[in-house]
Amino acid sequence: MPVAVELAGVSFAYRSGQPVLTDIDLTLEQGEFVAIAGPNGGGKTTLVRLVLGLARPDSGTVRLFGEPAHRFSRRATLGYVAQRAQLGGHGPVTVREVVSSGRLAQGGLIGPLRARDRAIVDDAIADVGLEGLARARLSELSGGQQQRAFIAKALAGEPSLLVLDEPTAGVDVESQESLALLLDRLHRDRRVTTLYVSHEFGAVETIVDRLVLVRGGIVFDGPPQSLPSEWHDPSHAHARH
Amino acid sequence: MLDTEFMRLAFAAGAVVGLLAPAVGFFLVQRNMSLVGDGIGHTAFAGVAAGYLLGVSPVLTALVAAVAGAVGIEWLRSRHQAAGDQALALLFYTGLAAGVVLASSAGALNVNLFAFLFGSILTVTREDLVVIGALGFGGLVAVALLYRALAGVVVDEEGARVAGVPVGALNVLVAGLAGLTIGLSMQIVGILLIAALMVLPAIASGRVAWSMRSSLLLAMTIGLASVFAGLTIAYYGDLPPGGAIVLVAAAAFAVASLVDAARRRV
Repeated sequence: MPVAVELAGVSFAYRSGQPVLTDIDLTLEQGEFVAIAGPNGGGKTTLVRLVLGLARPDSGTVRLFGEPAHRFSRRATLGYVAQRAQLGGHGPVTVREVVSSGRLAQGGLIGPLRARDRAIVDDAIADVGLEGLARARLSELSGGQQQRAFIAKALAGEPSLLVLDEPTAGVDVESQESLALLLDRLHRDRRVTTLYVSHEFGAVETIVDRLVLVRGGIVFDGPPQSLPSEWHDPSHAHARH
Repeated sequence: MLDTEFMRLAFAAGAVVGLLAPAVGFFLVQRNMSLVGDGIGHTAFAGVAAGYLLGVSPVLTALVAAVAGAVGIEWLRSRHQAAGDQALALLFYTGLAAGVVLASSAGALNVNLFAFLFGSILTVTREDLVVIGALGFGGLVAVALLYRALAGVVVDEEGARVAGVPVGALNVLVAGLAGLTIGLSMQIVGILLIAALMVLPAIASGRVAWSMRSSLLLAMTIGLASVFAGLTIAYYGDLPPGGAIVLVAAAAFAVASLVDAARRRV
């Protein structure tokens, strides 16, 4: 299977000198659905920034689809869902406006969207089940619905890699599991390489292909079924059986 | 009122300013940078003073200083050389201090300078109107053509950056447009109050608009109405136009807030 993401011998420290990540080796094959979890401060967000080419490692290499991540030539095909607290601006914005902004890199910066781009936006909105709320203001939606809108925004870019950074932050357990089912369906329908990064993994541990636990280095990398039982998240129903 | 040429010139220039200031200020408000216009205004003040000292058009030097200051603040912010509010403070106080020192050196701490600080309906000439009209139209065209890109950065700056959208260039463009707006607007509204015309209509429209696009268009409508109403009040009340215009915009915010509150109660 071709490789989508490859980190080899990656170490990273911020200016303060304290190493955040040490000697990381990680490979994601195209079409894989991988969850990266670990405690806050364990280096997950840094790992995401390295994968997306927003930061460069002190040592080692990071490659996206065979190219150095920081010089990746097909950035328009990277779908990124940032933490919810950072999104949405400070004024009224509709679901359709949010999702349309996901066509910016492909649709060009100047002028209105073309008919084909608008059709892709409509498909993405329908794919996450928000077609009845396309004209609704984002601020009027629940946390889970807002997160769906931003997932649709990422899908509108027809991504080859979808990265979700703490997508369930501030969302209740029920909405987390609903979101996980959505991601599972989208992954099966679109076969997009998906990287789900969160401090908690209970909602997705039955649907991902692999689970990677990060705490400065990789402390576990394998199918969720191989995870020691005491590491499962008891707040999710499947973990209690 | 419109029988006099200076009022026709003021209204014509005011129409451009009333549309451009909220159109640009909208993107500052959306990005939580409402006070940037104030910092740029103080740089424009230094530019006016430099114009008096050098014996060249204060409007021209203010325009150059405002655009340079705006781009400078964005550069400081984007390179993390200073936090947003620190970059703003640096620009704000340095601009004010430079303006006072330069104006004093030029012997220009007088009524003419006050006209730039608070606006004056008597100062717009035909030549000014040509410059304001041409550059203002250019600014509005830039916002119209790049609206989708500017809005996309507002919605999700990091996501746009990841997808390869030139976020840095778009942010510099907004900063440059903010500098341009302040340079063009200072004769009508005044350096000390122009930032309010950029921000208040956008805040007011955000209370009642139903989408980002409608919020921008409503902000521009409020800006235009505020300038026309403010100029009329200034003419009949013999008041500085800047203060009158901004008070009308503030009243629009109060009305929008009441409408919003009533709507939520229904």
